[in-house]
Amino acid sequence: MSGFSPIRLLAMLRKESLQMRRDRGTVGITVMLPLIQLFLFGYAINANPRHLPTGLLSAEHSTYERTLVAALQNTRYFDIRPFATEAAAEQALARGDAMFVLDIPPNFSRRIERGERPQVLMDADATDPTAIGNASAAVAALNATVLNRDLPADRQVQPPQPPFDIVLHARYNPEQLTALNIVPGLIGLILTISTLVMTSLAITREREGGTMENLLAMPIRPVEVMLGKIIPYVGLAYVQTSLILTIAVTVFHVPVRGSLLLLLLALGVFIACNLSVGFAISTLARTQMQAQQLAQFGLLPSIMLSGFMFPFQGMPGWARTIGELLPLTHTLRICRGILLKGNGLLQIWPDLWPMGVFALLVGTIAVRMYRETLD
Amino acid sequence: MNALAIDVHDLRKSFGARVVIDGLTMQVPEGEICGFLGGNGSGKTTTIRMLCGLLRPDGGSGTCLGLDLIHDSASIRLQVGYMTQRFSFYGDLTVLENLEFVGRLYRVPGLAGAVRAVMQRFGLADRAGQPAQELSGGWKQRLALAACVLHRPRLLLLDEPTAGVDAKARREFWDMIHEMSADGMTVLVSTHYMDEAERCQRIVYLAGGRLVVQGSADEVVHSANLVTFEATGPGIERAARRLRHLPGVATAAVFGRDLRLAGLDRAALRRAIDSLDEPGLVWKEVEPRLDDVFIQMLNRQEAGT
Repeated sequence: MSGFSPIRLLAMLRKESLQMRRDRGTVGITVMLPLIQLFLFGYAINANPRHLPTGLLSAEHSTYERTLVAALQNTRYFDIRPFATEAAAEQALARGDAMFVLDIPPNFSRRIERGERPQVLMDADATDPTAIGNASAAVAALNATVLNRDLPADRQVQPPQPPFDIVLHARYNPEQLTALNIVPGLIGLILTISTLVMTSLAITREREGGTMENLLAMPIRPVEVMLGKIIPYVGLAYVQTSLILTIAVTVFHVPVRGSLLLLLLALGVFIACNLSVGFAISTLARTQMQAQQLAQFGLLPSIMLSGFMFPFQGMPGWARTIGELLPLTHTLRICRGILLKGNGLLQIWPDLWPMGVFALLVGTIAVRMYRETLD
Repeated sequence: MNALAIDVHDLRKSFGARVVIDGLTMQVPEGEICGFLGGNGSGKTTTIRMLCGLLRPDGGSGTCLGLDLIHDSASIRLQVGYMTQRFSFYGDLTVLENLEFVGRLYRVPGLAGAVRAVMQRFGLADRAGQPAQELSGGWKQRLALAACVLHRPRLLLLDEPTAGVDAKARREFWDMIHEMSADGMTVLVSTHYMDEAERCQRIVYLAGGRLVVQGSADEVVHSANLVTFEATGPGIERAARRLRHLPGVATAAVFGRDLRLAGLDRAALRRAIDSLDEPGLVWKEVEPRLDDVFIQMLNRQEAGT
């Protein structure tokens, strides 16, 4: 029985594929889950939200007020509806029904025309700063010149000419759509969730089903068991990848600026990383319950520290060090790089080789940990 | 005597602080059916697992089919068929698929023909397409045995193969074991059933991880030096209850209309019978049976620990 036998590997592969095909529920979940996650996260996570509910308190209705409201609406950040009383507006803000309350003081137009510079109060719900950040910036940009057309000529603001202009050029994602950042990241995340959790159950299922004892008593090598269990999941992972990519391109209009083939190859290395972690967990855990928990334990740092959740550059040094060790971190960069920036092998290489090393290292450890006896 | 299929000396195995096998020495000649007996937790399963390389012995030495237990466990696996105590096939695969999987792992030549032959032999042909989890207990045992012998092993290790199976299926199963034996396979089969032990050419009795006795059923019965009396008549239940507490009595139990009394000292047993003062009972001395011997051994073991 010494050495590696392709016949035995093939037997293992055939058995695993049969079991996978019989288990229609799991296959269904592995296809449906990424779709649901993609739509959920792709649409739900938006760091630049628009159409924020905004209350309007207005003591009088004037041309100036109408122009101001229209200008705010035009930024698309605000959906404005009037409130009758201050108390009602306060309620709405507290309940979260309104993110902003715009309070236009009495005698607004008269005081404007007298040049008294009346103050318009904008109450904002700042519990989530990122949600109101861009909207607030839009207000600041607005107020200097918004009323120029309505004002008598002598009141019109002549903004001083700044000595230079800064032109912001939003590269790769000019409209700064969050989906373009989120969706390529989701490819990595969804693959992590499905492959890690699925393979972490591979050996524990044999152990709990009592079939492990029989498998061990038969002449099969650890590496044959591991490959036999992993390869079917690689196939499944690529089915998921194609699904996600198709939706990313057709529904979320994520551009494919680089080579799709290169992306698939890089994702292959990433999948190998996850599968070897999953297999290692599987040999370590005694029960399926333990395996699930271990897999989730591995998943959380991946989500938090890979740059998926928070910008990688904003994390403290130690967190970035941990992040660099996680395959998902590198995959996020590769996905975003190839899809959005059109990166080639040269540019992704610094993120590709660490994953290769990772897969090899963890894979070796996993095979070593696989016990050929019941001790 | 034939060559030895199993020959182990002073085998030891502990799990943590718990000593399970405590210096076991036993021999099984090739071609024999050997019943492996002993109470629960006496170390039968652990011994079988060490024989097929699933557990590494802590100490001692031994050979299985002439191969070293520790160094040649890979070669041993190829020539041994091991049937686990718990059904250990894939419930979501069919009978045929399970057998094919096992056959491929052993690289059985002419797999399709070999699988067909083994299914014919064990009456599984009609159920080839049935998922293993839908088989009843008796049929699961048949599938397990079929998978064990598919690669034509020289030694079969069967761990309580008939536990929880009805009498008819048990009898058929034992007929199959004898067929395997006729083909030249050596069989080591653990069991708790006395009728099964009596169908073995050889018995190995284990207690507390040590060998208590080994030999043919007759040899085991004689070596126990047990004296057995039998009584019939009214009030045997009451008599049995009282006898159990008297000196010299190893066992006193009612079987249908008979009361069987066993012990090592004939005079002490007679004194016990006389002290009963039950004139309605008619006593006679009879040949001890295997179950008398085992119950006496189990009792002695419990008293000793």
